Parts: sequence; C-alpha cells; structure tokens
Amino acid sequence: MTIPDTASRGLSRRTILASGLASGLAAGFVLAFHLPVRAANEPVQSPDDTTGKFAPNAFIRIDNAGKTTLVMPQVEMGQGVYTAVAMILAEELDADFSQVRLLHAPPNDKLYGNPTFGIQVTGNSNSIRAFWKPLREAGAGARAMLVQAAAQQWQVEAARCTTSNGEVRHAESGRKLGYGALAEAAGKQTPPQQVALKDPKNFTLIGKPLKRFDTPDKTNGKAVYGIDAMLAGMKFASVRACPVFGGKVAKVDDGAAKKVPGVRQVIVLDDMVAVVGDHMWAAKKGLDALDVTWDEGANARVSSKDIWDHLRAASEKDGAVAKSRGDIVKGLASGDRLEASYELPFLAHAPMEPLNATVHFKGDACEIWTGTQVISRVQSAAAQAAGLPVEKVTANNHLIGGGFGRRLEPDMVVAAVRVARQVDGPVKVVWTREEDIQHDIYRPVYRDTIAASLSNGKIVGWKYRVTGSSVIARWLPPAFQNGIDIDAVDSAVDMPYDIPNFHVEYVRAEPPAVPTGFWRGVGPNNNVFAIECFMDELARKAGKDPIAFRRDMLEGTPRLKAALDLVAEKSKWDEKMPARVGKGVCAQPSFGSFIATVVEAEVDEQGEVHLRRVTSAVDTGIAVNPDTIVAQLQGGLIFGLTAALYGEITIKNGRVQQSNFNDYRMLRIDQVPKIEVHVIKSGEAPGGIGETGATAGPPALRNAILAATGIALRRLPIDRDALAVRKKS
Amino acid sequence: MATTLKINGKQKTFDAPADMPLLWVLRDILGLTGTKFGCGIAQCGACTVHIDGKPVRSCLFPVSAVRDRAVVTIEGVGATPVGAKVQKAWLDLEVIQCGYCQSGQIMSAAALLSTTPKPDDSDIDAAMAGNICRCGTYVRIREAIKQAASDGRS
Repeated sequence: MTIPDTASRGLSRRTILASGLASGLAAGFVLAFHLPVRAANEPVQSPDDTTGKFAPNAFIRIDNAGKTTLVMPQVEMGQGVYTAVAMILAEELDADFSQVRLLHAPPNDKLYGNPTFGIQVTGNSNSIRAFWKPLREAGAGARAMLVQAAAQQWQVEAARCTTSNGEVRHAESGRKLGYGALAEAAGKQTPPQQVALKDPKNFTLIGKPLKRFDTPDKTNGKAVYGIDAMLAGMKFASVRACPVFGGKVAKVDDGAAKKVPGVRQVIVLDDMVAVVGDHMWAAKKGLDALDVTWDEGANARVSSKDIWDHLRAASEKDGAVAKSRGDIVKGLASGDRLEASYELPFLAHAPMEPLNATVHFKGDACEIWTGTQVISRVQSAAAQAAGLPVEKVTANNHLIGGGFGRRLEPDMVVAAVRVARQVDGPVKVVWTREEDIQHDIYRPVYRDTIAASLSNGKIVGWKYRVTGSSVIARWLPPAFQNGIDIDAVDSAVDMPYDIPNFHVEYVRAEPPAVPTGFWRGVGPNNNVFAIECFMDELARKAGKDPIAFRRDMLEGTPRLKAALDLVAEKSKWDEKMPARVGKGVCAQPSFGSFIATVVEAEVDEQGEVHLRRVTSAVDTGIAVNPDTIVAQLQGGLIFGLTAALYGEITIKNGRVQQSNFNDYRMLRIDQVPKIEVHVIKSGEAPGGIGETGATAGPPALRNAILAATGIALRRLPIDRDALAVRKKS
Repeated sequence: MATTLKINGKQKTFDAPADMPLLWVLRDILGLTGTKFGCGIAQCGACTVHIDGKPVRSCLFPVSAVRDRAVVTIEGVGATPVGAKVQKAWLDLEVIQCGYCQSGQIMSAAALLSTTPKPDDSDIDAAMAGNICRCGTYVRIREAIKQAASDGRS
C-alpha cells in the first residue's frame, strides 16, 4: 500500500489517517511497562521506569551508567525491523551501538502509533517509510539535549561540540563526557524545536550490513515467542470452532473427553468448544474425544463455485472510479485491442507459529501474552471480550513466529479471552495447525480485468477493473471512501508505465461466508500480478521482447527502468534457453521500492514447474540495513512463488477443504534455486521491502511459463494439467 | 506414569501419559520451549530433536518410545562441536528471519553434518526437505550448512 496519487479526487490516505499522532519527539514520556528481548520465558513485566534516566521521547532511555535502551514501536516478525529501527535511532543519537538494548513497545497509540495509520500497526511494508523521519528526529533531538548539557557544564558553545559512540567531545579543550554522565543534566534541557538531521554521507550505521539483535537467541532456543509464554500454575487449552463459517454449537457430549488423562475442563461457547488440560496433548486428545453436534447455519451449502460465480458476476458491473486520465473511450478505440481477466484464489497465511494467546483473566483485570502486529488493537479487543475497561487489560507483546498479515487481526486473542473467562488461573490457548488453516482470515479471491490498446508498439489506452473484497472497509473503515478500497487498487493506480489514456475502477464484492484479510503483499499482490501478466501478453501482441516493451514506457519511472536494465544484465536475459525453459520478468514500483525480477523456470512434460534461477534488482532508496533488504527479497520471493505454485484454499459445504501442510503445500529447500538480489545504491528516502518479493514472484514465474510453453495462464495457482503435454497415466 | 529421560545430558523425571509426544513433554512439562510446535503431523520439522544423534520429529514421537536413549534439543545442541558450528554459521550468514522454524532447521543440519561432514547439494536436499521455513530462508540455510562443513575439519 503506497499512498496512491488520489489528490485529483480529493481523497488522501494521509489526511484520512493523520489522527492523533504527534511526532514521537513531542509525545512526552512513556508510562507503562517493557518486555526486554531476553533469555527467560517467564514473561513478568516490569514498568518502564524512566526515573533517573534521560528519557527525552518515547523511544530513547539513557541511564546514568550510559546504558541506552531503545523502545521499538514496530514489532519484529523476521523482517529485521528491530535492527533497522535501532540503527536509525542510534545513527542520529550517535549512541554506542554495541551497548544498545531493545524493548517491545507497550500498547500506546499516542506514543507508538504508526504515522500512516494513527494506531500501532506493523504491516504494509511501511515501518521504515513511516518512522524514518520521526525516529531520526527523536535521535537527533536527544543528541542535541546531551550536547547542550555538556556545553553548559563546560561553559562552551554547543556548536563546538561533537558526538560519537555515546560521548560528547569538545576538541579544543580535549574534554569528553559519556552520555551516562550527562543523562541527568540532559533531562533538564529544553527539547529543541527544530533539529538538524545528519547529511546521509555522514552516516556511520545506516547503509552498513549490521548483525541483527534478535537472531542469536533464535539459534539456541532462548527466544521467546508468544507461544512460549510460561506462567506458574498455567493450564493449556486448544479450541475447535464450527467447521462451517458462521455456524454454532448445537450439542456437546463431553463424557469421553473428560476421561482423557490430563483433561481438566471442557468449555462450550456459542460458536466453538475448548478443552483445558495439564498440557497441549491432553487438550488436543480431549478435543478429538468431544462429541460435538454443530448447527451449521446459513453457510452450510456454500462452495467455491458459488464464490467464483458471485465474484465473476460482480466483475461485470461498472465500478467506482479510482483514477482516470486522458480519454479512455478514445484510447481504447484506436489500435489493436486486447482484454484479459486474471483470478487469484483464497490464501491462508500459515505462519510457522500457530495462532495462540495466553490469558490470565482475574475478574477485575486481564493480562495477555501474545505476538501481534497490532498490540493496541489487541488490548482494546481483549477489553471488550473481557467486559473490562481498556486500562484493566495488560497486553504483552513478543517476537512473532511469522505474521504475514494474519497477526493484524485480534480474533485469536478475543477467542482466548472468552475461554480464559471460564478458567481459574492463566491459560495458554494454542490452535492446532488444522484450526489455524481452517479458521484463518483469508487473502481474498480477486478477479481483475484489463483492456488495452496498442499503437506502434506502445499502450495508448488502459482500462483496469479490480473486483474483490474490501479489507480496508472492515479493518480501517474511515479509509474506505467513495466506494474505493485504496489498498485494493494501490498498484493499479500507481502505474509505472507511460500510458496517455488510463482508467482504473474498483468493484467491491464480499465473498459469501469467508472472512477476508490482509496477506503479505496486500493489494499490490493482486494488482502487480494482473498488470505484469497482461504486459507480457501485450508484448507478444506487439511482437516485442517483454523487457524492451516495458522499457520503452518507463520514461516517467527512471528508477524502475534502471532496475529493469540491471536485472536484464544480471539474469542474462538474452541467452538462449533450452526447450520448455523460459525466463519471465516482473517490474513493480510497489511499496515505494522499484524492483525488477526475472524467474527462470522449466515446465516438464507432465506440466510440473521447476524453478531454475531467480534474479532481482532493487532500488529501495537508502537501504538502512542492506543485508536485510537482500534477505527480505529472497524470502519474499519464495513466499510468493509458494503461493503461485501451490496456494489455494477451497470451500465445500461452507468449510475449508485444506487442513495442514500435507494439503496446503509449501516450497521446500530442494525446490528452491539460487536467488540473487542486487541492491542499487540510492540516496532517495527508504522504500518498503517486506512484501515486495511476495508480489514479484508470481507474475515473473507465470511469464517464465508463458515463455517456456506459449501458454498464458490467467489464474493461480499454476494449473499443471493445462501445461502438460502428456497426460499423466 | 513416572518417566525418566536423559535430556541435554541431564536426567529428568516427570509424569506423563505413555502416548504423549515428546514435543509436549519438552514444552509443556519441562519448559524447554525452544523446540517448536508447527503442524503436529511431522510435515514441517519445527519440532526436530535428536535421539541418540538422529533427527526425530518430536510431535509424533511417543515419550515412552525414547527409553534410555539420549535426547538433545536446541537448548543443548550448542554443547556439541557440530551444533556450535551450525549455530555460528547461522549467525555469520544471518540466516534467520522470524526464527520459529530455525530450532528445527539447526537440529536437522547438525544431524546431517554429524553423519555427513561434507554434504553436497543433494545431501542437503535430502536432510533438509522435511523442514519448512515460511520466511523462505532456504538459500541461506544451504550456504550456512556449507560454511559449517568447511569450518574446522570434523
């Protein structure tokens, strides 16, 4: 979700969302607690005591010994954000980076809200984009106060002092003081109104491939995820919801379940059951022994066919206009015309850490331990479920074992609180993998139709209709305006190609029965797939090479053009391929990063697709930690390619047909080829990176298949039957 | 049922049903939460531990079947030279993203290197294909195994 260019329609995500977030610098002092990233999994919280510490803003605390603690507004789910955020703060603060410690932020939208959303959200690949300026200002402001304190003590001009490695120096007199020694005096300084930020050429941390803070404990079992919370006297529970979306519990016979060794309690709620035991094994066995009769309700007959029929019918309607320029009617009337529709399936997130939440409901208060991308939303949703005021709910965040958008929802915490209300003492509620996959909030089905006309090898008219669920309308209602889901059309309106007559519209179509949510790559995932698949079909019609065709229309987007040129060179685009081997390209300007990707794949005679090589070139602006950029693209590409090759959730009789990794498949190491990522040096502001690979992989693979076979697939996942030249025996 | 197991070199005695998978004994009874639950059907490898040096999916392995064999988990694997080498290579190459699967990845890799000190790509494929990583760290896992194999002469 980049901020779309919607100014012409008087609609701006910034204005819609800019609510209540003062800059971190002006926001004052933190109260609440912290959870150190630490070795023991006894998640006892201690208040973030700023007494005696220099705590100039929400993010920085320096004690008298010089220990520098940085509070992380964004959560670590593997994307390296803790390290990048710490690098930005420490860069402007001139902290001694080797002495820095990190804390998870508590729920507090005012102090830690994401500037794009106004609430605490880690998603949308925007942590660095959104916090780049506030964090730099926070670091620089704190540094200025430390310098002022030293200058006052030494009776010298602040401007004659320098800082590095957690010290203020005055070269002329040869004096220096550590930040710890200055902490108390710095706390008495008036925060500066305006701070000078470093010239990027003087950066000492940003731009270096630094080691991550969170990884050492992930090699030895010490890292604590939400699922690892262990409390004295805690019980363990697992849940089973009605397999049909929206269904209820009709009748439960718990006789056999209660006989399972270790089972302590069977809890029956209106739409789900839970078994509580001494350990997860008892809870799981207890669930299997429960005899539940479900009232399947209105969705009991819904199948995938109904959902596709519904979506296809909706996609025939006119939509709300998201962007229009030139004369689309005239544009489409001239030249050679081509039209195509692309369809994407429901997808589950399947993070490796199954859904879980630990809850201690104490009657007049409630405490939560979980890993979430939305800690303040978890706190308020839990309060509602617990029937308590928000301030009576303590929510402790943790490292996340895979988010991918699933943990942008608080539903698992709500369910766990409902269970915990009936349990005496703390209870850890863990979803089985089957429940996790069958009660996800799914990436929506989409159908995108694009019509275009070609003249002299260039596109002169482009009409693009996106049809699908609006996640924004449910998840952030104020941002859904004039019938437009700004995420669903994000990369559709933010087109990199120079096209004179251009029109994008959106049709909202909520699928029957199935709940929909954000999934890694969000709206651009769908848009980039449709656009880049169609670009290859247009190139074929124009008789041009796919890269040359794109390149000729990128005058207005030079950073993408440069990435395309680099990937063409590094992937040896022009080399001749053997039979049934092809290279496919994807170019995308999504999330504020400019990325070109080439996938080389082979399609065997049975239609099986084998990945041979993947190459990406990325201009992400200033790369805060370049190694993280490479890692995110490598991993994101695999995430996207997994979905392209296997990902599909189907519905029969109102229920999800897939259940675990045996039938919801993942790419494995033996299928993954060499993935090269080339980072282009840039002085532009940082772009997003976490979702870009997931967006780039599928169209590049599909275009490789087109090059290898001449078959233009228009749906995902890859249809092997359509690609087979010999029928399987 | 009272059971005694040798885990990471120490004797541990606890009560557990005979059919209880080792995974839940480690996590929920002994508090060794480094071993992860991922799928419960031996499809993802997140729960991999060593039993007498061999990689085992603890989510399906009944505790009563361990008997007197030595169990090593991610908390203890660093005490072995090969485990320490794997951990170091993982950090040197910054393999890890979310990290949830990495306990299992490291245990599978350490088991591979203890029987095959110089694995080639097909050895790595065979030993590691049972471990899913949703973050997609496979490229670096392969590199790190090769680096660990070339570190020292085991």
